Amino acid sequence: MNMLTEAAIENRLSPMSNERAVKMQGRDVTVHYGEKQALFGISLDIPENQVTALIGPSGCGKSTFLRCLNRMNDTIDVARIGGKITLDGQDIYDKAIDVVELRARVGMVFQKPNPFPKSIYENVAYGPRIHGLTRNKTELDGIVEESLKKAALWNEVKDRLHESGTGLSGGQQQRLCIARTIAVSPEVILMDEPCSALDPIATAKVEELMDELKQNYTIVIVTHSMQQAARVSQRTAFFHLGVLVEEGPTDTIFTSPHDKRTQDYITGRFG
Amino acid sequence: MGEHTVTSFDDDLNHIQQLIRDMSELAGSMVGAAIRALVTSDNALAQRVVSDDAIMDARQRELDDRSIALIAKRQPMAQDLRAVVGAIRMAGDLERIGDLAKNIAKRVSAVGHGVTPRNLSHGIEGMADLVLRQVQSVIELYVARDADGLRTLRTDDEKIDARYTAVFRELLTYMMEDPRNITACTHLLFCAKNLERIGDHVTNIAENAYYVVTGEQLPVSRPKLDETQLSVLAE
Repeated sequence: MNMLTEAAIENRLSPMSNERAVKMQGRDVTVHYGEKQALFGISLDIPENQVTALIGPSGCGKSTFLRCLNRMNDTIDVARIGGKITLDGQDIYDKAIDVVELRARVGMVFQKPNPFPKSIYENVAYGPRIHGLTRNKTELDGIVEESLKKAALWNEVKDRLHESGTGLSGGQQQRLCIARTIAVSPEVILMDEPCSALDPIATAKVEELMDELKQNYTIVIVTHSMQQAARVSQRTAFFHLGVLVEEGPTDTIFTSPHDKRTQDYITGRFG
Repeated sequence: MGEHTVTSFDDDLNHIQQLIRDMSELAGSMVGAAIRALVTSDNALAQRVVSDDAIMDARQRELDDRSIALIAKRQPMAQDLRAVVGAIRMAGDLERIGDLAKNIAKRVSAVGHGVTPRNLSHGIEGMADLVLRQVQSVIELYVARDADGLRTLRTDDEKIDARYTAVFRELLTYMMEDPRNITACTHLLFCAKNLERIGDHVTNIAENAYYVVTGEQLPVSRPKLDETQLSVLAE
């Protein structure tokens, strides 16, 4: 056996490079709610066109961090945010940033489906209309249809677009909220436990959707289901007591995590 | 290692680990008995090895069932997942070691017929000692979570390969000396090959155990030289 053969084998066996551009970046992010500090110097890169999962026990700061990414914490009076968060290299807490525009670029889907008490059509059309994304009804119809298709809901609702969104099932409502988010052409979609109120079939549909959406969007998801994080994400970050304990490729985090706290949490040895 | 919040999870994992230890003990005793039977032409002992193989198979099936049930019920992660998947794979290798010991045992009557195998099986005994020590220590190292020990044991397989080459040459010489030895020596050669294969399975177990313990895979290639071919060419 010659030396070349061995090198060639090693080369063929080495995994394909998985480097991605960084879409969002947090550096030394801290959050205080009044006196209480909720996040301690979080530095995390969110890679483009991938699903990043944030996991950890209740109160670990994962949702707090998620809410910093589109400045949802601004709506809480006592919240103070430190450090730096960038979107495509631009500081999102810069004074020149229009928060409404930021939230169109970085959309959010919540734990409990929260459609507006309006028709299915209006739920999706609302965003594009107020952001002035369309010039006429035909264009708006196009956006509504496309968004509902991307959210894998079109076939189920195309014949009843003018019925109330709140009349849909829980899983359909959540996909409607995803369609509403997609309608304003965001770049990043934040999901805060999007499946915790859904049954397994609806959950599977939303997970399938995430897989498709990541082709065009960058997704960050907070989830309590470790299996879900393992299934849908490419990178996983583990938070504990307001600290980012460990972050890495999902496959590594769930098979060979480095930090003992991560191991204990994901194997069910906590507390 | 800390305990799970759900204690029955620990019980399930411990049961699987216990089965691996049982299978390893059985494999060691089968290999040892098969070699003793071979060098002493002890047919009764050989029969025991053959019947032990059925126990080995039953243990492996139990381990498979329990592992699959555990994965379905608990969705293990990280070191737990590695331990369960590792156990399934190690059990496969231990079961094969049992099969190979059985193959050796089955040849006892054939080899012992009309010759004094003791004279012919000198080299095999030495090789068997080495293999037996490997079989016995690999699961001990795993249970002790001794990653360095496992890594060393894996490279020690070279010594078995070297012994096999020596036995191969030795038996070839006997056959050339006296063609009446050919039948017995051919059987012994198969036995030696079986021992060498057992060494390979021990290597697999060491690799799996290392992964379970550390979460890291050992490098794919291990320095290895197939000296049997060289010695044939040299003849």
